[in-house]
Amino acid sequence: MAFPILSVITFLPFAAGIFILMLPANRKNEARATALAAAVIDLLLSAWVYIQYLTQNMTGYQFIEKYSWIDIFPLKVALHFGVDGISAPLVLLTGIVMFTGVLISWGDDDPHVMAGIQDRPREFFAFLFLLAGGVFGVFVSLDLFMLFFFYEIAVFPMYLLIAIWGWVKTREYAAMKLTLYLFIGSVVALVGALAMYWAQYQNTGVLSFDMLEMENAGFSNAFQIAWFLPVFLGFAVLGGIWPFHNWSPDGHVAAPTAVSMFHAGVLMKLGAFAALRVGIMLLPEGAKYWSWLIMGFAGVAVVYGAYIAYVQTDLKYMIGFSSVSHMGLVVLGVSTLNETGLLGAGVQMVSHGVMTALFFAVTGMIYDRSHTRMIPELGGMAKIMPFAAIGFIIGGLVSMGMPGFSGFVAEFPIFMGVWKEQWLVAVVSSISIIITAAYIMINIRKVFFAPLPEKLEGHVGDITVLDKVAIATLCLCMVAIGLFPSIMVPMVESGVRYVMNLLGGA
Amino acid sequence: MFTTTSFASILPEILILTIGLLVLICEPFWKGEQKHNAGWLTAGGLLLAMIVSLLFGRPGQPTETLGGMIRFDGLGFFLKMLFMFAAAATALLLMDHDKAGKRGEAYLLLLASLIGMNLMSSSADLVMLYLSIETASIPLYILSGFLVDDDRSTEAGFKYFLYGTLASTIMLYGFSLLFGFTGSTDLYAIAAALTSGAISPLLAFGVAGLVTVGLGFKVSIVPFHFWAPDVYEGAPTPVAGFLSTASKAAGFAVILRLFFVVFPAFSASWTMLFAILAAVSMTVGNLLALPQTNIKRLLAYSSISHAGYAMIGVVAFNQLGAASVVFYLAAYIATNLLAFGLVMAFSRIAGLEDIRDYAGLSRRNPLMGLMMLSAFLSLAGMPPFGGFVAKVFVFAAGIQANYVWLVVVGIINSIIGVYYYLNVLKFVYLYRLPGEDEDSHPIPLTRPYKIALVALVLGVIALGTVFAPFYNWSDIGALNLF
Repeated sequence: MAFPILSVITFLPFAAGIFILMLPANRKNEARATALAAAVIDLLLSAWVYIQYLTQNMTGYQFIEKYSWIDIFPLKVALHFGVDGISAPLVLLTGIVMFTGVLISWGDDDPHVMAGIQDRPREFFAFLFLLAGGVFGVFVSLDLFMLFFFYEIAVFPMYLLIAIWGWVKTREYAAMKLTLYLFIGSVVALVGALAMYWAQYQNTGVLSFDMLEMENAGFSNAFQIAWFLPVFLGFAVLGGIWPFHNWSPDGHVAAPTAVSMFHAGVLMKLGAFAALRVGIMLLPEGAKYWSWLIMGFAGVAVVYGAYIAYVQTDLKYMIGFSSVSHMGLVVLGVSTLNETGLLGAGVQMVSHGVMTALFFAVTGMIYDRSHTRMIPELGGMAKIMPFAAIGFIIGGLVSMGMPGFSGFVAEFPIFMGVWKEQWLVAVVSSISIIITAAYIMINIRKVFFAPLPEKLEGHVGDITVLDKVAIATLCLCMVAIGLFPSIMVPMVESGVRYVMNLLGGA
Repeated sequence: MFTTTSFASILPEILILTIGLLVLICEPFWKGEQKHNAGWLTAGGLLLAMIVSLLFGRPGQPTETLGGMIRFDGLGFFLKMLFMFAAAATALLLMDHDKAGKRGEAYLLLLASLIGMNLMSSSADLVMLYLSIETASIPLYILSGFLVDDDRSTEAGFKYFLYGTLASTIMLYGFSLLFGFTGSTDLYAIAAALTSGAISPLLAFGVAGLVTVGLGFKVSIVPFHFWAPDVYEGAPTPVAGFLSTASKAAGFAVILRLFFVVFPAFSASWTMLFAILAAVSMTVGNLLALPQTNIKRLLAYSSISHAGYAMIGVVAFNQLGAASVVFYLAAYIATNLLAFGLVMAFSRIAGLEDIRDYAGLSRRNPLMGLMMLSAFLSLAGMPPFGGFVAKVFVFAAGIQANYVWLVVVGIINSIIGVYYYLNVLKFVYLYRLPGEDEDSHPIPLTRPYKIALVALVLGVIALGTVFAPFYNWSDIGALNLF
C-alpha cells in the first residue's frame, strides 16, 4: 500500500496538538518549536501532494485512502480521503497558512511589543492545530459523515481562540456570534445530509455516506430543489455569503492575528468548498434551480462588501469586509455553474486565501507595535517596516485584480463566466473592482506613506525575521500564480471538469 | 430450574452483592481517613466484576431465565456494563467527599441501587420490573438526603422521595391494569395478548400513559422533571451525577423494553405522545438552563433536555432508533459523570458552585480546564467527543422515521445548548480571578479524582472517535428488542 499521505497530513496536527498540550506549561519555546516543526512537515507534505498532482497531470480523485469506520446496518461510514484538482490547491493553501500562522504567532517577547502569542502559547498552538486538522480533514474527506466530523472540529476551536486571545473589547461577543452562526449553518446542512442518506437508501438501496456513491444516488428533482438551499446555505454561512456574513467581520476583528489568517484564509474557503462539494455536486438539479438566488446573494455581497470596506476606519474591519466581497466573488463564480466561472472560483479561493492571510499578518504586525488599527491614527509605516509595506502593497495589487498577480487569474474568469449567464450581474459586480482599488490605494497611502504621527514616533520598531519569512512566503505564492498560471489553472480545470460532468456537461 | 445460564444471567448482580457485603465487613476495621478505602474496594471490585462478567456472563441468544423473571440478552448486558462503569466512577468521586466519602453506607447504598438498575435493564416480568425499580430508587432517596446536617440535602432527599413514590404508584396502577387486561405479568406474554387485539387501542394508550408517568419521572422529562434541579443541587454531587446518568439510563432501558416489546401494536399513538414529550423536554430544559447561575442546576436542566434528545431515538421506533438511544445513553453517562465529577472536584477545594466561581479555572488547573472543555463540548454535541456522534445517530434515526419536525426542534435546541455550554467555558478559559493571582489558588486533584476523571475523558473521546465497537454493542442490544 502506498504511503497514506493524506491521513498523515490530516492527523499530524491533531497529534502535534495533543503533544503540545502535554508539555509543561512554562516550556513556551518548546511548544512553539513543536508547532513549527509540525507545520513545516505538513507544508512539505501538502506541497508534495500538490506537485505530484500537477506534474503527473492527474485528474479526478487521487491519493485515495479508504478505511471502513463503521459498517453496521443501517450505518456505513468510511474514512475515505482523496484530493482532486479543486481540493489539492486548498490543502496546500492550508499548509501555507498554517506555516505562516505559526511564524507570526511566535512573535516578539519584548515587553514593549508583545507581538504574537505570549500568554499560554501551549494552549494556543494546541487549539490552532485542532482547527488546522479539522480544515485538512474537510478538504480531503470524501465521506459526508467524516466531512461533518471535521467541519465541526474546525468550528469550535475558533470560539476559544478568539475568546481567549482575541481583542479585549469585542472578543466575547464576536466569538459567541461566530460560533452560533457557524453551528446553526452546519446543523442545518447536517439535516440535509441525513435526508440525502436516507433518500439514497430508498432510491438505490445503497447505504453509504460516501460522496462518490451519493453522486449516483438519483435524487429526484423535487428532493434536490427542496434540500439544496438548506445544504448550500448552511455551508455557505461559513463562506461568508450575504446576508449571513455578519459574523465574519466581527470575528476577523476580534481574533488574534494568526487566527484571523486562518479564519479568512482557509476557514471561509471551507464553507465555500463544502457548499460546492455537497450542495452543488450532490444536488446538481437543485443548484440549477436555485442558481439565480445564489448569484443574486453573491452579487450583493461583492458590491456591498466592497463599499462597506471602503468606509471603514479600522484596518481590520476594512480587510474583514473586503473578505466578504472577495468571497462573494467565489460564490458568484460557483453560482454560474459553467466551466469558466467555476475555474475562477477555484483559483480565487486560493488567491484570496493567501492574500487575506497576508493582509491580516501585516495588520497584526502594525497593531502589535503601534497599538492602534485606526487608519487615521496610522502613518509612515513604510519607513519603519518596509518589508511589511511591500507585502501589503503586493496583497493590495492582488486584491484589485492587477494582471501579473493571482487575483487577475482568478477574477477574470469569474466575470467572464458570470457574463455568459447574466451580463447584468457581471456589470454590476464589476463595480466592486473600482471600489476595491479605491480603498486599497487610499489606505496604502495613509498607513504606509503619510507622515508618521507624533504619537507613534520613537517606539515603533521593525518586524522580526520570522515575520519577514512569513510575508515572503505568502507574496511568493501570489506572484508565482500570477506570472505562471499554468502551475495552478490546469489542475483546477481538471477538477472543474468533474463538477461539470455532474452538472450534465452543460 | 437453576441452570448455568440462569446463573450467568445474574452473575453481575451476584458479584455486586458480594462487593457490598465485603464493604460492610471491612468498614468497621478501617479508622478515620482509612474509611474512604471503601471507595477503592467498590470501584476496584466493580471493575473486576465487569471483567468477570465479560468473560463468563455474556449472553448468547436471548433467553428467559429464573422462571421468566429475567431476560438474558445483549441489551441488558451492555447497559449493565454501563451502569457498573458509572457506579465505579461515582464511587471514586465519592471517596473524597467531605461528609459522605468516609461512610461505608454510602457505597453500600450505591451498590444496592446499582443492583436495582441492573435488574431494571433485564426484567421480563412486571413484578420483577417494579421490584427492581424500587430497589434502584429507595437507596437513591437515602443517598440524596445523605448529608443530614445540610438542609438542602435533606430537602432533596425528601422531595425526591415524595415525587418518586407518587410517580411509582401511578406506574404501578398502570402495571396492575396491564395484568388485569391480559391476565399475565410476563412482558412477552402481555405483548402477545395485546397484539392479538384483546383490548381496545384507547385503553392500551391510557395504560401506556400511566406507565409513562413513572418512567418519565425516572428519566426526568418534562412535565415530570420538577424534582431534578432541586435534587441535583441538594444531593451530594457524585450522587447527583449518578442520578442524572445511570438512573436516567435505567429508566430508558425500561422504556425501550416496555414500549418496543409490549406496545408495538399501538406505536402510532405512543410515538406521537413521546414525540411531543421529547420536543417539550428539549425546549423547556434548554430554555430554563439559560438563566441558571448555579452549575449543578444548569446541569440539571441540561440533563432534562438530553432526555429529550435521547427520546428522539425512541420515537423513531426502528432499529437505528433503539441502537442510537443506547449509544446516546453511553455517551451521556460518560459525559455527564465527567461534568459532575469536575464540579465535585472543584467545589471540594473552592467550596463554591456558581458558574461565576469557575473564573480562571484553566489557569488554576490546566488539566481540569481541558476536562471541562471535553465535558461541555461533548454535552454541546461537538466532535471529537461522544456527544456529537450520539446526536447525529438519534437525528439520523428521527429522519429515517420521517420525524423531520422533531429533528428540527432538536437542532434548534442544540444551538441554544451550545450557547450556554460555551458560556461556562468562557468562565473557565477567559475570565480571571479577582486579583489575577491564580497561581496561589491552585485546585489540586487527589488520586481518586484523577483516575475517575481521566477514565471518563478517555471514554468520552473514545465514544466520539472509535465509535464502531460501542455502536455495535448498542446495535446487538437493539436487535434483541425486535
